[in-house]
Amino acid sequence: MDLQEFLRMGGYAGYVWTAYGLTAVVLLMNWLGARRCEADEQASARRRSSAD
Amino acid sequence: MWTWFHKFASPPHAYRLLGNLAPWFGWPALALILLAAWWGLVKAPADYQQGDAFRILYVHAPSAWMSMFIYVAMAVAAGVGLIWRIKLAHAAAAASAPIGASFTFLALATGSIWGKPMWGTWWVWDARLTSELILLFLYLGYMALRSSFDDPQRADRASAVLAIVGVINVPIIHYSVEWWTTLHQPASVTKLDKPSIAIEMLIPLFIMIVGFQLYYGWAVSRRLRGEILRRERNATWLKEGI
Repeated sequence: MDLQEFLRMGGYAGYVWTAYGLTAVVLLMNWLGARRCEADEQASARRRSSAD
Repeated sequence: MWTWFHKFASPPHAYRLLGNLAPWFGWPALALILLAAWWGLVKAPADYQQGDAFRILYVHAPSAWMSMFIYVAMAVAAGVGLIWRIKLAHAAAAASAPIGASFTFLALATGSIWGKPMWGTWWVWDARLTSELILLFLYLGYMALRSSFDDPQRADRASAVLAIVGVINVPIIHYSVEWWTTLHQPASVTKLDKPSIAIEMLIPLFIMIVGFQLYYGWAVSRRLRGEILRRERNATWLKEGI
């Protein structure tokens, strides 16, 4: 398959790649957000148990 | 049965269980989402009417599905928490909200990007689009309401009522394309008889939906673990180390 043809998306490149790119960004942000939510609470729980 | 249930809903047990489960959601989710993206972008044939623009379907429809699925899951969890006074259920509802809101945003944004070349406009105030926008406001309202209380128990109860009342919007979103005249195309997959979409176009759609479900399973497990730690900050099991 022709890469240039693939990237052109039949003339809809701007729309298709923006939609997929946005999806990737939102999924990635969610991934980081969930990780941080867990890691922050773990860190503060560890701080509290070592302070006792 | 009840002893089993209480053990299951006990915070230290749930915390450990979710930690063990998360990787079993996360890695398959990643694999399936990548597979579906490749299938939808490369392997699936272009639509005879919409050309390659129809490929937006593979991120749009699964996001829209998740936006409603997570809302119902959140409302059920909130209801369980309200009726049986199970704190873990409230925590699960709270952990779901930001994930659901992000999928709702994604459904609206990708729909808008798809609408521009197909309908000639980014946005119309029709029934489907408006009810999905209300869903986003319900999620945001739920999160804002939670954060406006200092007492987690009062936040749980007040936000649970909002989540349950708001669930009425979900069937409205689903049936909006039948009840009102709208620009949005009618359902082509979730029909009682046969789906009106070619099978080679349908397979990557289902893979993406399963991938998104697993992704939600992963993200909600991580967030729920954080939520459990925050609520249990003075519990003895935490002082013994996590």
